[in-house]
Amino acid sequence: MDFSTMMGMLGGGFIATLQIFFLTLLGAFPLGLLVAFLRMSDWGFCVRGIRVHPVSLIAQFYISIMRGTPLMLQLLVIYFGPYYLFGQPLADDYRFTATIVAFILNYAAYFAEIYRSGIQSIPRGQYEAAQVLGYTRLQTFSRIIFPQMAKRILPPITNEVITLVKDTSLAFAIGFVEMFTVAKSIAASQRTMVAFIVAGVIYYIANLVIAFVMNRVEKKMDYYHD
Amino acid sequence: MSIVSLDHIEKRFDDDEVLRGISVHVEKGETVAIIGPSGSGKSTLLRCATLLETFDAGRLAYDDVVVAENNAEGRALYAGKQVQRQAKMKFGLVFQNFNLFPHRTVLQNVMEPPVLVQKRDKAEVEIHARELISRMGLTGKEDLVPCELSGGQQQRVAIARALCLNPEVLFFDEPTSALDPELTQEVLKVIRDLAAEHMTMVIVTHEMSFARDVADRIVFMDGGVVVEEGPAKDVIEHPRHERTRAFLSKYEN
Repeated sequence: MDFSTMMGMLGGGFIATLQIFFLTLLGAFPLGLLVAFLRMSDWGFCVRGIRVHPVSLIAQFYISIMRGTPLMLQLLVIYFGPYYLFGQPLADDYRFTATIVAFILNYAAYFAEIYRSGIQSIPRGQYEAAQVLGYTRLQTFSRIIFPQMAKRILPPITNEVITLVKDTSLAFAIGFVEMFTVAKSIAASQRTMVAFIVAGVIYYIANLVIAFVMNRVEKKMDYYHD
Repeated sequence: MSIVSLDHIEKRFDDDEVLRGISVHVEKGETVAIIGPSGSGKSTLLRCATLLETFDAGRLAYDDVVVAENNAEGRALYAGKQVQRQAKMKFGLVFQNFNLFPHRTVLQNVMEPPVLVQKRDKAEVEIHARELISRMGLTGKEDLVPCELSGGQQQRVAIARALCLNPEVLFFDEPTSALDPELTQEVLKVIRDLAAEHMTMVIVTHEMSFARDVADRIVFMDGGVVVEEGPAKDVIEHPRHERTRAFLSKYEN
């Protein structure tokens, strides 16, 4: 197989990798924020003198499962689940859907904890100033808390984003064809390591781009410190 | 009708009775200084007045807007959000550690609340904001962010931010306690000027000579009650109560 053919095939796989990457972020960023709010919710009632917060507990359970079990396992469960649980035959394009669903659910849990750490690190004085000035809760969050939180969580978010690029290769486990799957099949059929090396270089370059972009974002947000 | 009426306020945190039926009234145009030892409840009183805390019993009213009063069982019942919002527009609060928004410039810090909350016209607010910033002696610093200013400058921005909303009364919670003596003076000067313009103010402070010179009335608090109050000079120079004397003796100057 000549090099340009290999690059073409890997390139096609890379497109699929990018699909997983962007769709996961698109879904996990907002879902993570929602989960963070549920996790921080103090809605609750008293049971035998102990205060219980069901909403927060459910969120904590979800986060714990998502972070405590392998993503590959979650992929398998979500992909094969409908068949084994409900007898649903699996459509051809379900591989893609299952991949995206599993990734979003998994990454949202990590993002939720990162958001929570960011939000809880904002001093109470910020909330009090906004309250005294007459800001609504939504205005306080969107204009005062969120921008400051965003700056604080850039480093851990960057970590997760870089991990995501590499995690996309796990979709191999349910037969979704992304770049790693392509590399593996080329290597097997052509009996060569070159495909892996090229794939590795592409992953590495992708992460360099991400690191560069996040660095620029960090610099831009660095016009103040607190 | 008093601008601020606090009547028989009781507040406890778990087992700690911080406010034990304290009453303070503030009339239009007067400057009231609240002094007292740590733990006397001064800050808590201010926080109750500015709706940062809720009290257990008592009555709080701004002019004729009653924010909270006792129900039949003697527990404080707060008015709805609309009424609270109305009351909120009547006062401003300057915090001990400024609480400016660090990600906004000086001008944005001062302009955003009137535009966002009072829905005033942006151009008009900008003129007002720049005028206040200049009155605070901060012309030329409108586009800096708080971390580029000294503590005294930040506190003056905080005062401008509170003033831009045109409150009827301005509360100060130990405005200079986080500042070293040099920077304290520039903030006290601003407050002095506001007093000269007859801005209604309530200042919790440890600056005794400032309180004596600038306030019309001083309220000495201890243990959650008013121990003594009266014209500023009288309370500082001729305190009538033993506890007042004991407290002031630590500030011999």
